[in-house]
Amino acid sequence: MKQIPDPALPGELDPSTNTLKRDGKLILDESDSYGVEMALQLVGAAGDGSVTLVSMAPNDEVSGLRTALAMGAEKAVLVSDPSLSGADALTTAKVLAGAVGKAGDYDLIIAGTESSDGYTGTVPEQMAEVLGLPSVTFAKTIAVDGSTVKVDRQTESGYDEVTCPLPAVVSVTAGVVEPRYPSFKGIMAAKSKPVDTVTAADLGIESVSWAQSITNVEDAPAREAGEIIEDDGESFNKIVEFLDNLKVI
Amino acid sequence: MAIDNIWVFAQADGGTASTGTLELLTKANSLGGTVTAFVAGSAGDAAASLADHGAAKIYETGDLAGALPGAAVSAAMKAVIDGGDSPDLIMFPQNYEGRDVMSRLSVKLDRTVLTNSTDISVDGDSVSVQTPIFGGAKIVTSTFTGEGPFIAAFRPKSFEPAGGVGAAGEVVSAPVPDLGATGGATVTAVHVEETSGPKLDEAAVVVSGGRGLGESEKFEMIETLASVLKGAPGASRAIVDAGWVPYSYQVGQTGKVVKPTVYIAAGISGATQHMVGMKGSKNIIAINKDKEAPIFGVADLGIVGDVHKVLPQLLEALAAR
Repeated sequence: MKQIPDPALPGELDPSTNTLKRDGKLILDESDSYGVEMALQLVGAAGDGSVTLVSMAPNDEVSGLRTALAMGAEKAVLVSDPSLSGADALTTAKVLAGAVGKAGDYDLIIAGTESSDGYTGTVPEQMAEVLGLPSVTFAKTIAVDGSTVKVDRQTESGYDEVTCPLPAVVSVTAGVVEPRYPSFKGIMAAKSKPVDTVTAADLGIESVSWAQSITNVEDAPAREAGEIIEDDGESFNKIVEFLDNLKVI
Repeated sequence: MAIDNIWVFAQADGGTASTGTLELLTKANSLGGTVTAFVAGSAGDAAASLADHGAAKIYETGDLAGALPGAAVSAAMKAVIDGGDSPDLIMFPQNYEGRDVMSRLSVKLDRTVLTNSTDISVDGDSVSVQTPIFGGAKIVTSTFTGEGPFIAAFRPKSFEPAGGVGAAGEVVSAPVPDLGATGGATVTAVHVEETSGPKLDEAAVVVSGGRGLGESEKFEMIETLASVLKGAPGASRAIVDAGWVPYSYQVGQTGKVVKPTVYIAAGISGATQHMVGMKGSKNIIAINKDKEAPIFGVADLGIVGDVHKVLPQLLEALAAR
């Protein structure tokens, strides 16, 4: 799961590196809250087991992890390392795959489809490849049946039913389940749940580098602001006129 | 190393090349060198169209037998590359299949990926892609710094498809090797959500509804208006997530990208996710109660008003014409 800057605040780039500023408090990415909830529900349905979080974030940031722990996850592994600042998706996937290994045995790895800040959308599938696992992306339902996971996977035109042996990686879409709000008891309990903070080197990843650099950032050409009117009961006529001028009616 | 050999991940379901495939082939052809289409499945009748848009060679994996394309097609690509045909650049569409194949391939080749791109430029050996961020307010240029093949994914409708190239289109088999554990995911059933009228991403008029409609029953107004204007109904992510309409209606970053002549946004505030999918529309009409809604920042005609009043009046006026 990813911890991101509050999306309610305007995004900012660090002028020296052109990477997204991630210095302040980070919150649980809403996209990932669906994955956390799905994992908790699957554990609930199975009757035993637990949910472990893995995340990568700067400055030992745990605010988002604590939210997910308060929802009911049991423990977390956080990779926090200055050498990972600005890491690309492939590096992130390698690091998170290493963190999964650190977290112990697992049956299923669940992720959001893409983060709300970087939205690369490749990390779950890249993790699956690093770990040598099968994977299903864009799941809208997940059910575990013995050693198999059954997924309804969104497609451009509808959905596919997919079966996949465990262990596997599955990424879930937003709206797949309704994430629970942490209870007061959950919030209090989360404060003492274990978060294992490690560096890339702790995971056996000795040299970290990536093959891309941001070479320019500029304002996009602005769209000319148009006419804005308050509806006075007659504004529909403006729309009719507008459509008429474009000859679509 | 110049960019002499470009591959395009191609989708050719039912013998018809997808529009996104033809867009990427056209762009690849404009960059120079040899263009190769890599088809997930069988090229079949689509081969002629792929060649017409610039594919000198067409690799086809053959029937994937229910395997999801990520593991299967990336493995087939890796096998061809190991066999000696190594591209300098591989272009993918930013969609489900494109992302899955690209992600797996990036690990197999240990190469970075640049995603969500809307343009690409080549200057000698240097390859850069442009990506809009912050809902399209800024354009970031990222340059590959490592060794090729460079891997990049492009949003739909970033380029105009243009045929008439008349390339060779030689079809070559690229079978999927044994996938081991990675190939375990199998499609057991396919469900298509039926829609009538023009396709959302091809319609000249798109009428989209959002949370401001208040309740799912009110989406009927959107469908009626779309039908009257011979367009397609669309939706914001909020009401798709809420289950009012199927995912296939969603306009936005993780839905469809549309560029119609007219886009009507009713009860949509204009979240970044949505704006990314519709900002390229030629004309935008927005109706929203909140005059501070970001959608008004991109609208050519903005109506600050209640969709429950404006839409019925509009429908009545159009019916009377």
